[in-house]
Amino acid sequence: MHNSPATPGSTAAQTVAPAATMDHEAFNPALRHHFADAQQQKNAASLGMWLFIVTEIMFFGGMFCAYLIYRVAHFNAFAAGSQQLNIWLGAVNTAVLIVSSVTVVLAVKAAESGKRKVLVGYLVVTVLLGLTFLVIKGFEYAEKFEKHHVPGPTFNFTEKFDDNGKQIPVNPKEAELFFSLYFAMTGMHALHMIIGCGLFTGLAIMAWKGHFTSDYFTPIENGGLYWHLVDIIWIYLFPLLYLISRHT
Amino acid sequence: MAEPEHNVDPDLTIEHEHTTHSNAFYIAIGAILLVLTVTTAAVAFVNLGPFNPVVALLIATIKATLVVLFFMHVKGASEKLTGAVVVSGFFFLAILLSLSLADYLTRNWR
Amino acid sequence: MATTSIPASQAPGSTTKLNYLNNGHTLRSWLLTTDHKRIALLYLLSVTAFFFLGGFFAMLIRLELLTPEGDLMQADTYNKVFTMHGMIMVFFFLIPVVPAVLGNFLVPLMVGAKDLAFPRINLLSWYLYVIAGALFLHCMLNGGVDTGWTFYTPYSTAASNTNVIEAGLAVFIVGFSSIFTGLNFIVTIHRMRAPGLTWSRLPLFIWAHYATSLIMILGTPVVAITIVLVAVERVFHLGIFDPRLGGDPLLFQHLFWFYSHPAVYIMILPSMGVISELITCFSRKRVFGYKFVALSSIAIAVIGFLVWAHHMFVAGISLYAAMVFSFLTFLVGVPSAVKVFNWTATLYKGSITYATPMLYAFGFIGLFTIGGLTGLFLGTLGIDVHVTDTYFVVAHFHYVMVGGVVMGFLGGMHFWWPKITGRMYPEYWARLSALLVFVGFNLTFFPQFVLGYVGMPRRYWQYPPEFQVLNVLSTAGASVLAVGYILPMIYFLWSLRYGPIADANPWNAAGLEWQTASPPPTFNFDQTPVVTWEAYNYDEIPEKELEAPVAQ
Repeated sequence: MHNSPATPGSTAAQTVAPAATMDHEAFNPALRHHFADAQQQKNAASLGMWLFIVTEIMFFGGMFCAYLIYRVAHFNAFAAGSQQLNIWLGAVNTAVLIVSSVTVVLAVKAAESGKRKVLVGYLVVTVLLGLTFLVIKGFEYAEKFEKHHVPGPTFNFTEKFDDNGKQIPVNPKEAELFFSLYFAMTGMHALHMIIGCGLFTGLAIMAWKGHFTSDYFTPIENGGLYWHLVDIIWIYLFPLLYLISRHT
Repeated sequence: MAEPEHNVDPDLTIEHEHTTHSNAFYIAIGAILLVLTVTTAAVAFVNLGPFNPVVALLIATIKATLVVLFFMHVKGASEKLTGAVVVSGFFFLAILLSLSLADYLTRNWR
Repeated sequence: MATTSIPASQAPGSTTKLNYLNNGHTLRSWLLTTDHKRIALLYLLSVTAFFFLGGFFAMLIRLELLTPEGDLMQADTYNKVFTMHGMIMVFFFLIPVVPAVLGNFLVPLMVGAKDLAFPRINLLSWYLYVIAGALFLHCMLNGGVDTGWTFYTPYSTAASNTNVIEAGLAVFIVGFSSIFTGLNFIVTIHRMRAPGLTWSRLPLFIWAHYATSLIMILGTPVVAITIVLVAVERVFHLGIFDPRLGGDPLLFQHLFWFYSHPAVYIMILPSMGVISELITCFSRKRVFGYKFVALSSIAIAVIGFLVWAHHMFVAGISLYAAMVFSFLTFLVGVPSAVKVFNWTATLYKGSITYATPMLYAFGFIGLFTIGGLTGLFLGTLGIDVHVTDTYFVVAHFHYVMVGGVVMGFLGGMHFWWPKITGRMYPEYWARLSALLVFVGFNLTFFPQFVLGYVGMPRRYWQYPPEFQVLNVLSTAGASVLAVGYILPMIYFLWSLRYGPIADANPWNAAGLEWQTASPPPTFNFDQTPVVTWEAYNYDEIPEKELEAPVAQ
């Protein structure tokens, strides 16, 4: 329904927001019928996004809980497994994600000030950084395959836990548990990154087509919240998986 | 406006405009985050005994807090609800972790 | 003008007045609707279908247990039957039934909104429910699952050769359906309230749904990831929960019950909200201690997250943790008792009408009290050791989950049936069925307390002959219960065509939902209502006065 002109004097967007249906009160195409005004709609969308973020925290929380408890239970094996991870690739990936978070927040600011081309630029850079992260992650996974550190029939773990020079042999079954959780957590995170890249590609296309104005850019804001959330999860995964077992 | 009076409850009245900072501010926060990343990676190679995990998680929490407050605009949000939602999320996660751990850490007590 | 009552000579469908039911008759107008009221009816149909399917499995269980021998089915079949019964009833009936049907229909009406905050997400959540349901049916027809509804590891990951993954996927998807419902409710209650409808003026039904939604948001993701881990472990033969491979099956139980114990409150809290509405309306009184009843819902939701390990007392958790969890379990008794005491205090000196919804409310109070108090028995470490995994536990949770939830649901369905359909149900038959449900329920499940206490374990298809008398009683009660459940189906369908026309407010009840037409128009209110009164202001409502709409 693209036929309703914006009411004169209203600051409504000139194009229709995705799938906005207007049964009445069609003065702002982005405003859905059951909201009283744009502010209420924006507040609702924002609260909804934050609640979704809480569900994501709890979703990853289950795996964090498993990791925490098994690290306590099988400390040596977990430390030995952790020492096999590539700290440099992990650190570079952390940096990539942080930079992408900066470009996201700059994108939101650009959207807020209605700079379409700047907005598209930041969104594209964000997607590229996300892809960079995934490529680096791919190299890490490849390394795991080469070292037979992927859980399953080919799993083989002969490395010892280096406890400040003391070489302590560990139970390979317990090390396999570490790598199971490593792949579960980073894999679920990578899945969120893939979804994020897809999401931001879509947002970039919408932004290019001029769907967003300085009055209506809720999808950019909420997409940004999602991206930051994925960043925060990695901010915790990095020390938990890579860092805290270098020394004991 | 179709609904002239929709503003009775403070929960509905407060505008959700967040305070926008300059580009330089965001880049500065990003730089702090990068410095913290380098720091935490470097500290991992220093033997602090039992404090290695503490320092690493402390730095991670500082980084996460910076992201939540400034990138996700929780600081400066004119309503407290957003903050309450975030805090409750972490609160219930803490319940999950601490009460499960309460079982595992006391298994061998006799 | 929104609330003029419909002329009694005309069926609602034939009047010129548009309402949500006659606003579009095509299948498309239903399947692609974003109207919360239509989605509620879609849920009603699908949830009812699963209820009768789950009930069918319940009857199979009761028939098998009629005799001590395993004569109706094999042990393996019996394992699948009770698993199907449990999974269907818990995930596809009890969790969605009140929030997704009554909550969906009433939350926007009660807060004076045109719809839920995210109508399309609401529709999506119904589709997720349907997809999960179809997946589960497919899994069932391909041989089913035999893990019990709890998916306990390592049996579910290493031993069972049934369709665990497919069932798990169905539970995962239906979990997201429930998350989206909860998310929608919270945002709606925060953002969409009518002018003047402050938190302290909200109906207790809304408070209850708010608390429920908190649990849905905070708990469901944890069970979702747990099920994912089970599936991953099963597919790739990892050892996340397998003790032979370094894992710990108790961790599964921790993660599972972190959601699944609060899930009991997802089931019971909305029904408690229904009961608060019923008790006040049919005692013509403001609820006793409004703030305490409202906050007790939140307290139940929060404390409910602190008690999960009482399902694991004999599973090998630390004794000290068990003591802490036992203590915390008793804490839940406090807000639950606040509710029961305040309902009874509301009845005191009320002018009580024994209409059908009120009969269900009385039934709820009685059954929930028994179910809740036996929960305290089970939370006591010493008694729990004695009765764990016996029929005592089975009886306890059926008293809460069937005695509580289904009584609340049926009471609510009778109460709001005129609002939903514009027709009254036949009072005589409804009272009869309420009586049948109450008697049949007690006859079915009270003997199970005794059975469990004298030592009959749950989940066995054979039992020693000395348990037969009580089992026969239980099976007899189940038949009465079945009649009590089928009867409303029949007269509700009958009333759709032949029931007396209901006006906007047949119960003379307080609450915004009664101030719009029955059935309500698509956008609920022709004008956004402005609330200037406290909730349950029955002392200000003259008898049969509120029928006339509040003039706007």
